[in-house]
Amino acid sequence: MTSRAFQIIAGVVKERSGIVLMPEQSYLLETRLAALLQRLGLGSLDVLAARLQSPGSDGLAQEVAELLTTNESHFFRDGKPFDHVRAQIPRLHRARAPGLPLRFWSAACSTGQEAYSLAILIAEAQEADPALRQRRFEILGTDLTRSVLERARQGLYTQFEVQRGLPVRMLMKHFTQVEGRWRIHDRLRQLCRFEQANLLQDLRQFGRFDVIFCRNVLIYFDPPSKTRVLEALAAQLAPDGLLYLGAAETALGLTDRLEPLPEIRGVYRPSAAARRAIA
Amino acid sequence: MECLVVDDSAVVRKIARRILEKHGFRVREAADGAAALEALRAGMPGCILLDRNMPVMDGLAFLRALRGIPGGDRPRVIMCTTETAQEKILEGLEAGADEYVMKPFDEAILIDKLALVGALPGAAE
Ligand SMILES: C[S@@+](CC[C@H](N)C(=O)[O-])C[C@H]1O[C@@H](n2cnc3c(N)ncnc32)[C@H](O)[C@@H]1O
Repeated sequence: MTSRAFQIIAGVVKERSGIVLMPEQSYLLETRLAALLQRLGLGSLDVLAARLQSPGSDGLAQEVAELLTTNESHFFRDGKPFDHVRAQIPRLHRARAPGLPLRFWSAACSTGQEAYSLAILIAEAQEADPALRQRRFEILGTDLTRSVLERARQGLYTQFEVQRGLPVRMLMKHFTQVEGRWRIHDRLRQLCRFEQANLLQDLRQFGRFDVIFCRNVLIYFDPPSKTRVLEALAAQLAPDGLLYLGAAETALGLTDRLEPLPEIRGVYRPSAAARRAIA
Repeated sequence: MECLVVDDSAVVRKIARRILEKHGFRVREAADGAAALEALRAGMPGCILLDRNMPVMDGLAFLRALRGIPGGDRPRVIMCTTETAQEKILEGLEAGADEYVMKPFDEAILIDKLALVGALPGAAE
């Protein structure tokens, strides 16, 4: 591939997803796009690059961007954020008027494990605390990539996937085995809704959230895109809501709209500045 | 922490040993349940990786025996078996297993499960 072709393809990916590709990652283009080239009968990445520059390539550009996302996820990833959010539920419940739902958002949900981990912990919190049973809960999962959203909606996981991070007792309790795979129970699946959304586009239509998980996606972005997404998420947080980032991610130095909680790494609340902005 | 690997397959024992030692475990091996009970005389390990189908004494019989002897409630037991039907998993849990690995497994799964039972070295011994 010529360096010009790399620049064109990387440019399309950056524009569509925010994901920054470095020249030394050109192997990623080779591996992730090979099937696409074959399907479209394009001889090489150079031909693809030329095609991306011709009119009417919008759908193709979107497909290329989606193919370059990394979709790895697992249940209860990193553990601690889930313990922390679980402990927040009673506080949020008491702070809200009875008829209002508590709203959770898995922004960049990939194949749904994060959203369903939240669903499981909510179900178990309700089981342990009758006061929470009257409360309505909503979980929204969004992602750029359509293929992962389809899988998330199905709530059907391989033997390998259900063994990453998910305690076996939860597997027994909340999943049913279907032909070697495992399906999350409908009751939990119905708590979750999955929609396509680009974090770099307008997010206001999704409304106000009590808890936002946006994990392991900002690591792929450059600082200006990170700032933009963090501020857009801060604007969708309830004044007493919380934003959870991934283990390798931070909002520090990127925005003054969020302030870290002192007791745990990677969890933020809207700062005074953000609370004023959204009041 | 010490881990006792109980499996009639020498290959599985070797794979498990390699992963466990890499993560700081001391490893002992036994090829069936009876040999594993014998091995317990030298002291209770912190955790046990336990196959189900084995000659002489199978994993469930070993597990029930283990949970019945003094101090036998202490080891964290991770069953590790090709028996992956939901009712077989429930049987393992009822017999006293703390976690369950469905074969084939890899390092990531085994490490996740060890973390879930609090057996990773560095976690409280
Ligand atoms: C590594 S997964 C993270 C999944 C989950 N949050 C976790 O931590 O396990 C990253 C996801 O971000 C999505 N993504 C990448 N760029 C995005 C964008 N601009 N808008 C929305 N989602 C995006 C990818 O499609 C991918 O599914």
